[in-house]
Amino acid sequence: MKYITEFRQKDVSANLARAIAQEVQPDRTYRIMEFCGGHTHAIFRYGVQDLMPANFEFIHGPGCPVCVLPIRRLDDAIELAENHDVILCSYGDMMRVPGTKQNSLLKAKARGADVRMVYSTLDALKIAADNPTKQVVFFAIGFETTTPPTAVAVKKAKEAGLSNFSVFSNHVLTPAAVGAILDTPGTPDEPPVELDGFLGPSHVSTIIGTRPYEAAAQTYKKPVVITGFEPLDVMMAALMIVRQINEGRHEVENQYTRVVTADGNKKAQALVAEVFELRDSFEWRGLGQIPNSALKLRDSFADFDAEKRFDIAPKQSREVKSCECPAILRGTKGPLDCKLFGKTCTPETPYGSCMVSSEGACAAYYSYGRFRADQSEGKVA
Amino acid sequence: MCLALPAKIVALEGEDMAVVALEGVKKSVSIALIEDTQVGDYVLVHVGYALHKVSEEEAERTLAIMAEAGVLTEEVRESLGEAS
Repeated sequence: MKYITEFRQKDVSANLARAIAQEVQPDRTYRIMEFCGGHTHAIFRYGVQDLMPANFEFIHGPGCPVCVLPIRRLDDAIELAENHDVILCSYGDMMRVPGTKQNSLLKAKARGADVRMVYSTLDALKIAADNPTKQVVFFAIGFETTTPPTAVAVKKAKEAGLSNFSVFSNHVLTPAAVGAILDTPGTPDEPPVELDGFLGPSHVSTIIGTRPYEAAAQTYKKPVVITGFEPLDVMMAALMIVRQINEGRHEVENQYTRVVTADGNKKAQALVAEVFELRDSFEWRGLGQIPNSALKLRDSFADFDAEKRFDIAPKQSREVKSCECPAILRGTKGPLDCKLFGKTCTPETPYGSCMVSSEGACAAYYSYGRFRADQSEGKVA
Repeated sequence: MCLALPAKIVALEGEDMAVVALEGVKKSVSIALIEDTQVGDYVLVHVGYALHKVSEEEAERTLAIMAEAGVLTEEVRESLGEAS
């Protein structure tokens, strides 16, 4: 597969690993947060951590949109599906995520709600066109990567006069989350995460470009290297970030130049800006309320805003008490610190979003079997 | 959620749509988010949309830098008198 196979070559990874091992300074540690769940999975699937020197540690970040959606918003979506006589369209990732009391969209569907899994916003539009007597709600989640397709759908619905289509927007912004992680003060029980730098988002950056990270890099004096989801991309970025740290630099560098530019995709940005505007604040699971970190539909598209079209009841949403997803998303704990991990909480019977999503850190640990080796050695990865 | 795959455009359709091929699988995707799309271009496909074109030139440059990182390491090793 062009642009995939070349970036998984074993001999090149061995060379990169050797270069990293030679360049790390033995008297310090390198604690690097990979922002995206896609990076976390590449690191585990291809054993990248095992190729790194002992003093280079990957800290898993919150870049899993399914994981950071607060339970209340998922409960709202389940309510929309069950109590408002709608067809609720959702990406497959959300279907099994547990809400309050282990409820989920899949369970709502089993109880008779019309919940449909879609691959694309265009599928949701077609469902609306094919069912003119039903209200069709698209459960929009995701970072900047996934927002432009929602914007296109909203614009198309308006142009086509699809008055039975609306969007429940939960789109969130990554640069805001980077700042929030570094601003989290910590508690006596949970000290703040100590980081030396970030591997920056891959496909988010194809849309927004590299510039939006510059403020965080300068403010917090942390290097950021934007990188792809293939193992060689992650390793080259690791080498670049080691060099920045060794040289005392904190710049935004771009390893993923084959699809990421400084300016990003301006056509997609313009579409998003036309349809969406900033929310004053939005709750992130694990990170709490973050100002200016999410998007809602502009007033000119209010007719397509599910939050305005439906009267969604306020509710008391609750996390599973012993689930460590929130701390794992902050980077202060790892999956093996959770009592539920691999015992009551597995991909088949998930208690938290981090075990459900294909980008969740718990799912990565579980799927690629690293936790078994780590447990047999009696250490925590 | 943010996962995306590079695929080759094999045909242009009307209304901002194109057919992409990946490992023998063909799929119709939206090209509403990109400009000047040509048959033969590689694009990054995510939830049924092409997000960005893939630059062949930049991909080759990145692969060359990766290879060079290893070569430089070999040179360092040789200069230190180690067996490679």
